[in-house]
Amino acid sequence: MALLEVKDLSVVFARKGEREVRAVDGVSFDVDAGEVVGLVGESGCGKSVTSLAIMGLLPKRGVRVSGQATFDGMNLLQTDERTLRDIRGRDVAMIFQDPLSSLNPVVPIGLQVTEVLTRHRGMKGEAAKKEAAHLLERVGIPDPTRRLKEYPHQLSGGMRQRALIAMAVACAPRLLIADEPTTALDVTIQAQILELLKDLVRDSGTALLMITHDLGVVAGMCKSINVLYAGRRVESAPRRVLFAQRHHPYTVGLLGSIPRLDAPKGEKLRPITGSVRDVLPWAEGCAFAPRCFNRVDRCVDGPPELVWTAAQHGYRCVNPVMEAETAK
Amino acid sequence: MFRFIVRRLLQLIPTLFGLSLLLFVWLHRLPGGPETAILGERSTPELRARIREEMGLDQPIWVQYGRFMKRVLSGDLGTSIGTKRPVTTEFLERFPGTVELTITALIIAVGIGIPLGYIAARRRGTWIDQLSVGGALLGICIPVFFLGYIVKEVLAVNFGWFPTTGRQDVTIDATRVTGFFVLDGLLTREWDAAADAIMHLILPGIVLASIPLASIVRITRASVLEVVQEDYVRTAEAKGLTEQTVRSRHILRNAMLPVATTIGLLTGSLLSGAVLTETVFAFSGIGAFIVEAIDRRDYPVLMGFIMIVAVIYVLVNLLVDLSYSLIDPRVRVR
Amino acid sequence: MTLTGRKKEKIDRLGELAGAPEESGQSLLREAFKRLRRNPAAIAGAIILGLFVLIALFGPFLVPHDPVEPIGVDNGEVRSGQGIIPGISGEHWLGYDHQGRDEFSRMIVGARQTLWVGVVATFFGLAVGSLVGGLAGASYGLGGKWGRRLDGFLMRTVDILLAMPSLLLAVSIVAILGRSLLSVMIAVGMVSVPVFARLLRGSMIAQSSSDYVLAATALGVKRNKIALSHLLPNSLAPVLVQATLTLATAIIEAAGLSFLGLGNPDSAAPEWGVMLADAQGFLDVRPGLAIYPAVGIIITALGFTLLGEAMREALDPKLRK
Repeated sequence: MALLEVKDLSVVFARKGEREVRAVDGVSFDVDAGEVVGLVGESGCGKSVTSLAIMGLLPKRGVRVSGQATFDGMNLLQTDERTLRDIRGRDVAMIFQDPLSSLNPVVPIGLQVTEVLTRHRGMKGEAAKKEAAHLLERVGIPDPTRRLKEYPHQLSGGMRQRALIAMAVACAPRLLIADEPTTALDVTIQAQILELLKDLVRDSGTALLMITHDLGVVAGMCKSINVLYAGRRVESAPRRVLFAQRHHPYTVGLLGSIPRLDAPKGEKLRPITGSVRDVLPWAEGCAFAPRCFNRVDRCVDGPPELVWTAAQHGYRCVNPVMEAETAK
Repeated sequence: MFRFIVRRLLQLIPTLFGLSLLLFVWLHRLPGGPETAILGERSTPELRARIREEMGLDQPIWVQYGRFMKRVLSGDLGTSIGTKRPVTTEFLERFPGTVELTITALIIAVGIGIPLGYIAARRRGTWIDQLSVGGALLGICIPVFFLGYIVKEVLAVNFGWFPTTGRQDVTIDATRVTGFFVLDGLLTREWDAAADAIMHLILPGIVLASIPLASIVRITRASVLEVVQEDYVRTAEAKGLTEQTVRSRHILRNAMLPVATTIGLLTGSLLSGAVLTETVFAFSGIGAFIVEAIDRRDYPVLMGFIMIVAVIYVLVNLLVDLSYSLIDPRVRVR
Repeated sequence: MTLTGRKKEKIDRLGELAGAPEESGQSLLREAFKRLRRNPAAIAGAIILGLFVLIALFGPFLVPHDPVEPIGVDNGEVRSGQGIIPGISGEHWLGYDHQGRDEFSRMIVGARQTLWVGVVATFFGLAVGSLVGGLAGASYGLGGKWGRRLDGFLMRTVDILLAMPSLLLAVSIVAILGRSLLSVMIAVGMVSVPVFARLLRGSMIAQSSSDYVLAATALGVKRNKIALSHLLPNSLAPVLVQATLTLATAIIEAAGLSFLGLGNPDSAAPEWGVMLADAQGFLDVRPGLAIYPAVGIIITALGFTLLGEAMREALDPKLRK
């Protein structure tokens, strides 16, 4: 059985006096122990909401969550707050997008690391400080004992993200959820942080759910990749399978909009036209249809089903791209 | 930190100097000087001139100012025209009451206001939120002296739970050390005297606290509402920290910054409210004395009072700045 | 090209540049107004104030009795000295006051005077405060080194006023000017001067670093013209919100002055603050005499505060979705 099994997860934002928004719409995927899984899509496709729903961090009021998110045999969506607090930070940890705003500006880095150790591992005083320094060193922060006394604004962007990672891995969690961990960073720092995450996962056997809008980020590290669009999973496949053949035009477009240095001369970038806001309600047909280059009349007949091939490759499309590079 | 405090205190000197000069000139330009207040409108010009001469008011203004400063620097604020007693003596007798009252009000306002504002923000939209927001609104709109009368009539006169007037029961023969009745009682171990002084402080304290309490509830609520949607609070939750840790270390600590500023700004309104509250409860503080001094053009008293208010204002703001730098490492004091 | 032609072109281009924020300012205001209409607190405040203003305007023509005529003393029903002040009756809806006048009529007629005191005081504070704050803000934002000095001087003075306990400031102004209706209004208005000054200054300084002011400066538009036709109109919104809130505090402060015996000495003209202060001596006999005007003051202040807060919320860019 998988470490994390997300089944038919839906999140509806229903504020009083406003139209309901179905941010996540029946999403399912698995994360096996020690495995890296990618959750890919543009901003607004529901990937961050998915991760917050798994963690139980969505606001209680005005939000309806349904489905299952089974972690180690326990449905996190049905678990009481007290147990969730024990699990969070200890068994399931999370890294956020913007390291500056994700760190408390008025609390020294050291305390922000040791508070996790105190809470979940019962460490106090000098022992906790020593362990915190050790953690900072492990994530590649030089001179860790001095850094412990510093505040977030005194650290560089990359250092802040490393500090956040240190807090997340402090209790050697079995699952780490990284929500766009590199988006707010410089390109060179991005690579370093990805390298660091990869090393940590390999050394500790932690499973990693990697959430990103950048297929290039997950290309090198994920075992399997799930592509989300308008709250639904539109394509899912093991990494090798997916990079050899993409069936859904959205995935094709996602990869087509990444500039490549090794591209043949004269080849143009093919950005996806329009924006995530131009969606069709799933009930009426494929939500991606308004932006799709491969659109046919059947696309708007009704909601497309997820179709599976023999190679564990699933896609939700009635007119899929069938051979590589046909999408000219 | 130490150098910062010293520098701020040194800055006080030119401020006080300028303020005193300004006030001196201004007060002396007022129509109808103290001689009119003493002798009445119908006194003869000769009599007035004699009084003016006696008080040194016939001298050129810079001579008067020079004399005044010389006395002030030696710690003498002059003699009250109204009571014929040294201003310093009057102040030492009357200020402690006002200070006790103001501190009581601040303790009530902060002690209730911050938790209430926090709860209101966390339970946004529930009855407790609506009650605190509505109560805060009412607290701002109700005239302090009217609230004073209601509280006094109901809790002191009708139910008799509290004493109606004064700072201490006249039957208690307490030893005076500092002029702060509660402190005196504790210092001399006259517990019943201290307890009685505290009982006398509660009602006026509540009344005087109404406006600062309302401000603190509102600003705390607004500030907490803003902080809870910050990313670092989500991080703290994701770490699985207990509710208490998230609340105290991550929410309140950040939400306290604007609250500290507000508390600093409340000093002026507290002193205003103290005048009204002291009048309602016949609480012998500085309030009534100053109102009388204004009416009588009692220059020495007014000068001394305004200078003291200026010092208090600067000190309170210094405290606010210091608390700011304690809460927020990004604010550096140099 | 002639000089006038070039100047005209310049002004036209300025109009284009400056037009942009003004246009969005228009729609921002419209948007704010929309939000205001959806806010129940704003509606409640507006209804209270509407009623209050209606009573203040037309009440005096409709009252059942003359508010200054000591009817109760003349017919012997009221003997304050012996503690006899009849309360609510069919003829006198809220009873008599301590001088035998019809309390209900005094309440109605008093609304006008109360509103008048609040409006004049607020207007005085608004005018003086805006003058000081506008001058300081414009000179800080546009005036260079000397502008900054002028601003520093003005603001230091304002800070001294701000440090003074407001009620004592008001008391001393009444003491200087002598007890009269006008001095009460000036005193209460004076208290709000530093608030208005600080607010307008801050708002103008913020505006002065915006792009359209930079554009106008670059085009060589005269500085006082920029200040008057661009900085000022775009900085007024927070000041007007504050004026609404100040109307509430002005009415309360005027009542406080009356309580200290420094209000309008002419108690024949009914005003809620004075009525409340006068009722103190008769709290044991007829507490209603204090409660009616107090409730009037509280409800009115509540109306102004509700509306002002809602306006501030509606204009706050942080709260926009």
